[in-house]
Amino acid sequence: MAEEKRSRPPRQKKERIPRQEMPVRPPEERIQDFNEVALGFTEELALIEAKRCLQCPKHPCMEGCPVSVDIPGFIHLVSEGEFINAAQKIKETNLLPAVCGRVCPQEEQCEQVCVVGKIDQPVAIGRLERFVADYEREHAEAEIPEIAPATGKKVAVVGSGPAGITVAYELLQAKAIVAAEIETIKKMGAEIKLDMLIGKTRTIDQLLEEDGFDAIFIGTGAGLPMFLNLPGENLNGISSANEFLTRVNLMKAYRDDYDTPVKVGKNVAVIGAGNVAMDAARSAKRVGGEDTEVSIVYRRARDQMPAREEEIHHAEEEGIIFNLLTNPIRFIGDDKHNVKQMECIRMELGEPDESGRRRPIPIKGSEHTVDADTVIVALGTTPRKFIAETTPDLKTSKWGTFLVDEETGKTSKEGVFAGGDIVTGSATVIKAMGAGRVAAQSIKEYLAD
Amino acid sequence: MFKITAKEVLAPNVTRFSVEAPDVARSRQPGQFVVIRAEETSERVPLTIVDSDPEKGTIDLIIQDAGYSTHCISCFEVGDAFQDVLGPLGKPTHLEKFGTVVCVGGGVGIAVLFPIAKGLKEAGNYVITINGARNKELVILEDELAKVSDELIITTDDGSYGIKGFGTTVLQGLIDEGRKIDFVVAIGPTIMMKAVAEVTRPYKIPTIASLNAMMIDGTGMCGGCRVTVGDEVKFACVDGPEFDAHLVDFDEQIAKHHYYDHEQACEMEKIIAEAEQERS
Repeated sequence: MAEEKRSRPPRQKKERIPRQEMPVRPPEERIQDFNEVALGFTEELALIEAKRCLQCPKHPCMEGCPVSVDIPGFIHLVSEGEFINAAQKIKETNLLPAVCGRVCPQEEQCEQVCVVGKIDQPVAIGRLERFVADYEREHAEAEIPEIAPATGKKVAVVGSGPAGITVAYELLQAKAIVAAEIETIKKMGAEIKLDMLIGKTRTIDQLLEEDGFDAIFIGTGAGLPMFLNLPGENLNGISSANEFLTRVNLMKAYRDDYDTPVKVGKNVAVIGAGNVAMDAARSAKRVGGEDTEVSIVYRRARDQMPAREEEIHHAEEEGIIFNLLTNPIRFIGDDKHNVKQMECIRMELGEPDESGRRRPIPIKGSEHTVDADTVIVALGTTPRKFIAETTPDLKTSKWGTFLVDEETGKTSKEGVFAGGDIVTGSATVIKAMGAGRVAAQSIKEYLAD
Repeated sequence: MFKITAKEVLAPNVTRFSVEAPDVARSRQPGQFVVIRAEETSERVPLTIVDSDPEKGTIDLIIQDAGYSTHCISCFEVGDAFQDVLGPLGKPTHLEKFGTVVCVGGGVGIAVLFPIAKGLKEAGNYVITINGARNKELVILEDELAKVSDELIITTDDGSYGIKGFGTTVLQGLIDEGRKIDFVVAIGPTIMMKAVAEVTRPYKIPTIASLNAMMIDGTGMCGGCRVTVGDEVKFACVDGPEFDAHLVDFDEQIAKHHYYDHEQACEMEKIIAEAEQERS
């Protein structure tokens, strides 16, 4: 009985594996170029991280995902070293894991509700998603999924962002999903028409009545940049983040072989504190070089900044200055009509407003000027009006977003569906894809009737 | 790709292209423009649709070789194709019967003016067109304008053709003669449009100008073409390109045109260097 009396040895506590960090290039190296900052998991890191997943039966992570990716399923495959199969598992419901692994706000979605996260840091779902997508791209031939037999129906998808390509993809494929991007959709039989601005080149009514489309999905996003409407805002050197990032990124101003000009001065002020603002600030630093000082000017405090923590952290590492609780009130130009200074006022936080964030209130007498020869306005975007203006029977909100039935993506017009930012205002890639899935399903039902 | 089916040099450095763009040809209206990207690596350049042939599916564009990108476009030949032609963009001209309309055009602005003059004529107006150029060689679209105008007056800065002087002087003359003018359209260099606006302002003659703002996408996405009109900020690409000339801040537009002068000059040096290399 002595055995029984002996106090039980403390249960060997299984050593908890810490959340694996993704290798990141050092700030002084990465600000020299436009290549990726984070390098992604290695195979070893992915295998370790995947073991952190408990494979819990309730898997709340899937409910946290707008397109319900089988997260435990793909992570299990990763832990077995089946990286390509893991990528294909994600693609059963999400066509763009390489994109979503990078830009999804996982900390507000799947990772926020991860069970591991209740006692430790959550499983790095986003990093694993990114890893398998990159692995698949590098190691596997993208296969063309099985294509459903032709129904004789014609659907126009307006817009080729995440919502639009999801719709096209879902409507074309029968079952096994392997890979998708624009090229895949083309191979599956979609005709891609470029330089076709619906509402201008053709109208929705023309597509339905003259061009023989049976249904239309509109996923045209929110492209119209908002400005501050302050005195001096039309001075040279003040642009929207849309313009600045279009020049730099889409039109590749940073490359010598492209003709796009872009100008960055010595003192850059980026107004706003969302992800786009961070992107603009960090791009400005890269275009301007070491002598360029870049600040984020934001009327609330750090805790209220809408950008992802990771983005803010990277910006700080790269030497972006955060000029918080500060609001511009006018812009001052030189004799050539170029902006040179910005008059600002300090703010303090009051009671929470409708958005739940504490309302910024100007502090009287705190007006001051700061030097700024480049100003980038990153305040968000609203939908463009081409389609609404030329399709009077499409109902829109006062902000220009389309009014749809959330369950089906149906608009007020027969045979016309919509989803993504055009419905929600600027939101995330994954939410747009979720809306695309919903709309594709109801388009199938609509066409079957 | 958008194939070039015809090319004609109208004047030194001024070229007219016919381009296959059937959807644009069918839907375009006077006053609208396209944005073209000649090649993958090119800038995007807005160009007014001068005319179209919906049957053939072509649109006509006129371009002045005035800088790096316009120079590159001007070098395209029949059989070549532009990477992208997006349109028709912008709001069409508001066409109605005003009565007597004076269309004042300067330089390559005549290309923009022509479809509007034609539209105003078709709307039943009495159209007086003042076609201004620096010299005789640079006068374009004379025959076309003659067909759509009840009166066509040519002016040249140096007097080598038509009346010596500026379009504004002729316009002032018409007003002084007591001609009843109900509507004025001014299209040309920004400084000229500003001058026309000043001529008509005291007489409160409704006047519109078509702005040649710098644009990227031409669809409202960048806001690079912002223009102050009265106390409002508008986007030339989606709210314009035509605005009330008495409300436009032309000085702001002139300053905007010079913002990329340095970059433009650098690109031009590239062309010159290339040309010199070829020669040697």
